Amino acid sequence: MTATAYGRPGTATGTGPPRSDGPAKAAGTAPYAYEYRVADPAYVAPVQATVARGRVLEVDAAEAEAVEGVIAVLTHAGAPGLDTGAELSGLQRVAELAVLQSGEVSYRGQVVAAVVAETFEAAWHAAALVTVRYEQWPHDAGFSDQRADAVAPEEDHRQGEVESAAPAEVVVEQTYATAMQHNNPMEPHTTVARFEGGELFLYESTQGSYEVRRTVAALLGMEPERVHVVAPYVGGGFGSKGPLHAPTVLAVLAAVALPGRWVKLALTRRQMFALVGYRSPTIQRVRLSAGADGRLSGVDVVATVQSSHVADFVEEAAGPAKSMYAAPNRRMGHRVVRLDAAVPTWMRAPGECPGMFGPEVAMDELAWACGLDPIEVRLRNEPERDPHTGKPFSSRNLAACLREGARRFGWADRAPEPGGRVENGWRVGMGVAASAYPVVPPPGDSWARIRYEGEGVYAVSLAAADIGTGAWTALAQVAADALGVPLERVRVRLGDSSLPEASLAGGSTGLMSWGSTIHAAAEEFRRGHGERPEPGAEATGHLPANPAQDDYAMYAYGAQFAEVRVHAATGEVRVPRLLGVFAAGRIVNARTARSQFTGGMTMGLSMALHEESVVDARFGHVVNGDFAEYHIAANADVEDVQAHWIDEEDPLVNPLGAKGIGEIGIVGTAAAVANAAYHATGVRVRSLPVRLDDFIGA
Amino acid sequence: MDADISLTVDGQSHDLRVDTRTTLLDALREHLHITSPKKGCDHGQCGSCTVLLSGRRVVSCLVLAVAAEGAEVTTAAGLGRDGRPHRVQQALVEHDGLQCGYCTPGQVCSAVGVLDEAAAGWPSAVTPPGAGGDGGPALTAAEIRERMSGNLCRCGAYAGIVAAVEEAARPAGEAPAAPAPRGGGR
Amino acid sequence: MKPFDYRRASDAAGAAALVAEHPGAAFLGGGTNLVDHMKLGVAAPDMLVDITHLPMDRVEALPEGEGGVSIGANVRNSEAAAHPLVRERYPVLSQALLSGASGQLRNAATTGGNLLQRTRCVYFQDTGTPCNKREPGSGCSALEGYQRYHAVFGASPDCVATHPSDMAVALVALDARVVVTDAAGGERRIPVAELHRLPGEAPEQDTVLSRGDLITAVELPEMPMAARARYRKIRDRASFAFALVSAAVGLELAADGTVADVRIALGGVAHKPWRALLAEEALRGSAATEAGFAAAAEAELSEARPLPGNVFKLELVRAAVTETLGEVAAELRGEGEL
Repeated sequence: MTATAYGRPGTATGTGPPRSDGPAKAAGTAPYAYEYRVADPAYVAPVQATVARGRVLEVDAAEAEAVEGVIAVLTHAGAPGLDTGAELSGLQRVAELAVLQSGEVSYRGQVVAAVVAETFEAAWHAAALVTVRYEQWPHDAGFSDQRADAVAPEEDHRQGEVESAAPAEVVVEQTYATAMQHNNPMEPHTTVARFEGGELFLYESTQGSYEVRRTVAALLGMEPERVHVVAPYVGGGFGSKGPLHAPTVLAVLAAVALPGRWVKLALTRRQMFALVGYRSPTIQRVRLSAGADGRLSGVDVVATVQSSHVADFVEEAAGPAKSMYAAPNRRMGHRVVRLDAAVPTWMRAPGECPGMFGPEVAMDELAWACGLDPIEVRLRNEPERDPHTGKPFSSRNLAACLREGARRFGWADRAPEPGGRVENGWRVGMGVAASAYPVVPPPGDSWARIRYEGEGVYAVSLAAADIGTGAWTALAQVAADALGVPLERVRVRLGDSSLPEASLAGGSTGLMSWGSTIHAAAEEFRRGHGERPEPGAEATGHLPANPAQDDYAMYAYGAQFAEVRVHAATGEVRVPRLLGVFAAGRIVNARTARSQFTGGMTMGLSMALHEESVVDARFGHVVNGDFAEYHIAANADVEDVQAHWIDEEDPLVNPLGAKGIGEIGIVGTAAAVANAAYHATGVRVRSLPVRLDDFIGA
Repeated sequence: MDADISLTVDGQSHDLRVDTRTTLLDALREHLHITSPKKGCDHGQCGSCTVLLSGRRVVSCLVLAVAAEGAEVTTAAGLGRDGRPHRVQQALVEHDGLQCGYCTPGQVCSAVGVLDEAAAGWPSAVTPPGAGGDGGPALTAAEIRERMSGNLCRCGAYAGIVAAVEEAARPAGEAPAAPAPRGGGR
Repeated sequence: MKPFDYRRASDAAGAAALVAEHPGAAFLGGGTNLVDHMKLGVAAPDMLVDITHLPMDRVEALPEGEGGVSIGANVRNSEAAAHPLVRERYPVLSQALLSGASGQLRNAATTGGNLLQRTRCVYFQDTGTPCNKREPGSGCSALEGYQRYHAVFGASPDCVATHPSDMAVALVALDARVVVTDAAGGERRIPVAELHRLPGEAPEQDTVLSRGDLITAVELPEMPMAARARYRKIRDRASFAFALVSAAVGLELAADGTVADVRIALGGVAHKPWRALLAEEALRGSAATEAGFAAAAEAELSEARPLPGNVFKLELVRAAVTETLGEVAAELRGEGEL
């Protein structure tokens, strides 16, 4: 065991060992929440509201209860009570979690009853037989930016005078829109629960076992230590498995109602379009004022987003413009439309992802208006310091990403004018957009335990969740270097509330915060046990505070390049090439990091071309709520996707020098695609998704 | 209504009683506790539940167990031989063609089906009419992308999946024609 | 899903009789659409008659003189698409089959089942919304709702749904017919073009078949233009998506270069695979030029009645018809690279 070093020759960090959980996942033997073998389980099937607003008058469960195997029908009249006044973490919305606590219906698809039965088939059949009578009230589910009742959730961020600034030589003033999206992790939201002897056991698909523990304990009025949450493998989350949603609480209620019995609930794909949150649609009014040289004098971004009468969640789509480009006159603000709809939630890069669409397309429009290379326009507006806070950047390598990407992508070979290149009936274009994602404080606290097992082997434990990020592998690499031992001597345990608390997997903070915590634990271990520990020697470390956090603006950056083909006759849109170059501090595992970047870019491509949850406001719900109608990118949509990164030393962000990489890949991709589509066709699409009907008959 | 059926899964035979409504997927997962096939959508729209049914890849969520009576089922857990994973599984791990892993067993079974279908000379939507024939169409990246499009991956691991299937499709020892760059650090 | 009795049929006539006798019975083929609908509550049979073990699983040449090919109703979509007789004589059918669904679904879906699949209209599949096809008299939610995948030809005020099959579009272009066994043991043949109905006032009826009628095979007649006919599918996703518009096109040129005969069938535009008779009529005897093809498309579009949410489909029809005719003509003239 020697002193800590990361990313140096001979260390584990900076190499690319294959995913340690890969073989088990490829065989399908790594267990997800629904797959634990529990004795004699009962199955929970939710009954959902068929009105968007109103009050349950009567739940007629007679027919359901007559189904063989039905154990119970839970309704608001008989369900166990919850402490709806409980203090929950800032991530949670208690009103969303108050399942079956009243007969009021606040959005279509809300849980109004549930059947618990001996078999899956009986439960779901009986749920369809429950008849609910409502007093139906008028509802309002129509999102628009033309509503007088939109409210500003906080004061607009203002610098200078964006409205009354001197007339600019060039003005781009446009409205941009992004669609409602659903996270749709491949593993449906799942809870398997048992309540016995005052203890609650949960197998849960979650991004944070401690968040589940604390939230559920608070709702039930239990000691958190009596709630046990196991989640070593999670089939994706992308935010929706961060904060809890109603189905988890429903399964817990069923477990409480049936003490001693395991109960299982996995949502259907359709239910996931109603019950586990979504990314709000956004309408962004962007006004860029600039000189003829492309230098910005004003940036004005007002984003209208959707929230819910149940509780507020604001998609901060005007946020990213605050720190992107220098300009003396600035305003960024939000307008929130509260609807009779479910509460939105986190979805991969909340705020940043939709919020970089409008401004980055507007920058492209500005470039064309000024007759400048879109890369050059961005370079001319690079700020010296963070325009929002005035703080210096810990590191900002956007310019390097743009230049390196241009070189790799062959940017110089593009046609000089839009619509200038046609190949075999396809119009071909190239586009670029910038990408940024902040280094944010982790959502929650972290501790890690290191124990020497003897024979050179160390066990590292913390309750972190690997939702597909590669944490199992990368944390072992960090631990190996923190302890100065070979990678194969490290055993990692994750995803279980019996392990030391770890923050939720969110905000791209996982590796940074858990890695720094392991770093601290290794220092503790060395301090306590020296270089020659006895077997059984243990130490626990705590997430170190970052003294530089308040003094610097900290961001990862990237440049996204897209080649787009638009069929001249049919308007079909294809993206044969995506290339991203990122500056995100130290890359711990080259192999899994590349997948994080390209995975984000692929989801960005999916957002650009496909994803749109269609709300039929007459009914109040998403009508295209399955994978046949809500398209996510399929394999054939994704051709050449490359991610590269530049070497970036940033000792200020954390001991590892690493920035988060889980979300930046999706930021800017859709803008790059839309900009490339403009270059291909001369048609400017300002509303996502970009589809064939944007180009035909136009 | 119940029915007694027998299934051979990954080489092991099982007799079981199922509700006629039980799908093959639920029979495997809930009755036989073989959870390698995953339930992602339960409507044939995602491919996570793909298994080989009598050697052909199908989505097990739309097959009724009672209709599969007597069938031979292979899941991703049963593809390896002598404790070693199938070459598709090895290549997927090597190319990092998986992240959360939930769609992965379905991707694996589908890829194995693709290799067999191509070897049998089956065309795809991107095979030019008249092409293929003896020995089957070459599994180019475009062929693999089309043939694997019934398996959705929300993590976006498609690039790695295609690279892995390309590798698995190559005869042993043969070098890739043109290695597809996927990027990386400098 | 409602409980149901499961029967395995041992002969076609017996299966037909069983379903005819039981009002709640349904045939089970590959299950890819029916099981889907049972889970959604869109279909709730109390008896399934599994016909997949019936000997209707061969692709074979029809007897000499008839020149065509017969595809058994149980032949899986992937098998039909890969069969040498289909690939050589009717490549457009192979193309259409391969452009539908996914590899896994094509391995399960049968020829008969593909024809009888039901619309993917989002409201039809959502039991929480009115739909005349699912629940006659409840109303059509799509008329003022989500219309991207809906009809531009032949719809009614009661239903604007489309038939989702790709295969059926090629079959219509190929003058195919279905062989039907009825409950009395009789056999009859129906052109595929006449199998599906327009919605009219009875959108709940997709086809002209009666309860118990069992499709046992599809017959493809000999057709000189079939070997060069082509399928073009336009969709949002590059694969595994239903057609916004598709076209199956066959062309026969006279020695003077004019159009001797033509078949055009369109998918994604109507309650049934849409034979573009007006376009065909405009083309027969006229010059096989780009202008002629465009004029033919316009002739067909004179009958189009798009909805506010799918006006763009007219341009797709124009493009699909014109481009595919152009490709086939080029190939016939030896200009093509196909």
